[in-house]
Amino acid sequence: MSEYILRVKDIVKSFVGVKALQGVSLDIKKGEVHCLAGENGSGKSTLIKIVSGVYEKDSGTIEIDGEIQSNLTPIKAIRSGVQVIYQDFSVFPNLTVYENIAFNSELMDNRILANKNRFRQIAQEAVEKINFNVDLDAIVGDLSVADKQLVAISRALINNAKLIIMDEPTTALTQNEVKALFKRINDLKDQGISILFVSHKLDEVFEISDRFTIFRNGQNVFTGPTSELDNESFSYFMTNRKFQETPYEGKPQDEEMLRVENLTSEGEFYNINFSLNKGEILGIAGLLGSGRTELALSLFGMNEPDKGKIYIKNNEVEFKDVADSIEHGLGYVPEDRLTEGLFLEQSIGLNIVAANLPNLSGTMDTIDGEATENEITTWIDNLSIKVADPKLPVQTLSGGNQQRVVLGKWLATKPDVLILNGPTVGVDIGSKHDIHTILKELAEEGLAIIIISDDIPELITLSSRILLMRDGQINEEINSAETSVAELTEKISLDIDQVV
Amino acid sequence: MSNKDTNIVQEESRKFFKDASFWRLAIILVALIIIFTVYNPEGFMSIANFQSMSYQLPEFGLMAYGVMLTMIAGGIDLAVVGMANLSAIISAIVMLRLAESVSEPVAIIVAVLVGLLVGTLCGAFNGLLVSRLNVPAMLATLGSHQLFTGIGLVITQGSGISRLPAGYSTTGRMLILDLIPISVIIFIIITAALAFQLNKTKFGQELYLVGSNYEAAKFSGINNYNVLTRAHTMSGLLSAVAGLIMLANYNSAKPDYGTAYTMQTILIVVLGGVSPAGGFGKIGGIVLSILILQVSSSGLNMFSSISNFYRQLIWGLVLLLVLGFNFLRNYMNEKRIAKAGKTAAETETE
Repeated sequence: MSEYILRVKDIVKSFVGVKALQGVSLDIKKGEVHCLAGENGSGKSTLIKIVSGVYEKDSGTIEIDGEIQSNLTPIKAIRSGVQVIYQDFSVFPNLTVYENIAFNSELMDNRILANKNRFRQIAQEAVEKINFNVDLDAIVGDLSVADKQLVAISRALINNAKLIIMDEPTTALTQNEVKALFKRINDLKDQGISILFVSHKLDEVFEISDRFTIFRNGQNVFTGPTSELDNESFSYFMTNRKFQETPYEGKPQDEEMLRVENLTSEGEFYNINFSLNKGEILGIAGLLGSGRTELALSLFGMNEPDKGKIYIKNNEVEFKDVADSIEHGLGYVPEDRLTEGLFLEQSIGLNIVAANLPNLSGTMDTIDGEATENEITTWIDNLSIKVADPKLPVQTLSGGNQQRVVLGKWLATKPDVLILNGPTVGVDIGSKHDIHTILKELAEEGLAIIIISDDIPELITLSSRILLMRDGQINEEINSAETSVAELTEKISLDIDQVV
Repeated sequence: MSNKDTNIVQEESRKFFKDASFWRLAIILVALIIIFTVYNPEGFMSIANFQSMSYQLPEFGLMAYGVMLTMIAGGIDLAVVGMANLSAIISAIVMLRLAESVSEPVAIIVAVLVGLLVGTLCGAFNGLLVSRLNVPAMLATLGSHQLFTGIGLVITQGSGISRLPAGYSTTGRMLILDLIPISVIIFIIITAALAFQLNKTKFGQELYLVGSNYEAAKFSGINNYNVLTRAHTMSGLLSAVAGLIMLANYNSAKPDYGTAYTMQTILIVVLGGVSPAGGFGKIGGIVLSILILQVSSSGLNMFSSISNFYRQLIWGLVLLLVLGFNFLRNYMNEKRIAKAGKTAAETETE
């Protein structure tokens, strides 16, 4: 018996001219949690697809549980115990939990008739393995994201998985759901199952992994135990650049830009009071559903609040709609870049001016072509967006550059107050660092900024004050200088721990 | 014109002619013209044939523009024929009634204005259904098409309205410089205006943005309701103009004129390169596509062995082929984009 469940050696894979993998290796021991890290485009996903039989390798060897696999297909990979849980979990949302769990094994057994009782039995055993309390008859589409993931994990287990590969498993989870997931991962580990965790969120992966493999540009740059890595070296291996995050040190100016008094929207948030000065960065922390996004949407004219007042530069305002709030100097970088922030198929240029069309058009609605071109080049330069041609669709850009386009779109409207919801979600480390630098510079120039984020270190570095929201209310105002990442994380997840 | 301006114009025209789908359509058009000319030189290449084509072309061409606008916005307009007929019917009635009391030119002018107003209102009604009540455009306009046709049927009792003042049809079928029908001139002016509106105005850009991502448009401060309502209202107005041209061409109005145009306009718009999912489409492609449809339909009429019944079959096939081809092209594009993104990501990390 081999000590390793998976040994991958010197894998090369090219796609029409582009070398995605240039001879990478990856060893996973039995019963270990291994983390595969790397920036977007570093070859992580390509390797997973090769190991699970979706792509064919150009050269190199794959050894699963001591057996060399020459022509790996998805079915062969599953039979030899490799299971992949993709980001979207690949569940059938219209079917029940037990159908989802047992379906695959029925297919694997080549049975013709479906027997509901056997389905249920198989599913029951699977959920018990990971102590997953769930109604087997529930429709999967109605479950929370975390539960859907557990359905996918249960399904993987009944096929005698020896290695479970999880692709960015924590992206859509709240902090407490992540904790619960890690507990289950540790249980699986105790049962001798290996986990390959694919991620680029460093704080999480440190906590859970025994060993690390880091890819950069399709090559190995690090393999070894987690203890040999720290934040700094991790970032360096990922990007080949050294970063030094410095906190925002600009002093807020005396001029008040935004004040909110007793703002209430029934069922969403209650009695919100705060003020924001010119050149200040204010953080808002809180779990999903704490009312933070709803508050931002009301400030941005998307939803009308029920009660309370909003003042901009000491003038009371009531926003009719988003256009009205933009006119009053507000900007909002939304939570979901892909569905709310960008017009993916449209050109980079049009995306940059999308919120600024009223200012670029004159009499008869006519767009000023030259001003538009200038606007586009200005923001591409100012935010150093890497663009071959602004006429290309924005979806050709990487996540970090896409986020800069969204940022540019809002800066083009010359806002006084910019609200950012999750400004660096899904953005690689390098771009994240750059976006932070840009935000600090903007604040220094006088922009008032509100940052809503799950990323605690980000909140602490950038903002001077952090409002902690819970159940639709501001629970506490925290001075960033007097708190730590651990303390704030603890405070944010406090209420859930009490429930659990 | 300054040097810079000429550069921009050159740049624009270069971009325009570089567009592969535009050229593909141009080649199809030229090929069709050559085929029909070779088959029947005297028949096809005659002034009579060109005039008969140019009388008919603005009718469905203008309706196709309506469908184009709504499809760029992410919807569709299946009511164009209904709106055209209802406008023509009401206009005809007003014309007949007024002709009894006022002079003919006044009656005609008032009737035309009323017809345009009816189309505009019908379009605005569709816009309201789609934007405010959130009814899917396909269902809303299918329903309102029935409604408009129904109103026309009730008013006319199913028969045609004819015996219009003679001046209307003679003016409507007037030849400018003894060669070009006035309706073609109207069509050209509208085409130019729409091209300007789509490319150079705020509304045009907003139309593309709303069609490509409704949510993101909302977050960008675009008033989606207004954009959608305006697209449908314009479609109604364009249909009314088409209806008034039909009224002049046939010298009568009837609720079931031009029923084949619904299918034909969709074919034109899709063939012309408007994405059925919204967000894309240029008027140049639509113009070529309108010409292709008119040339092929007139050309097919000259083949005595091919009965008129085949036209439906052929156009149905063409629509499916175009959709299939577009699907393939998008698939290839996505692959290309994925690759471009990958290369970009790699050069970035280097």
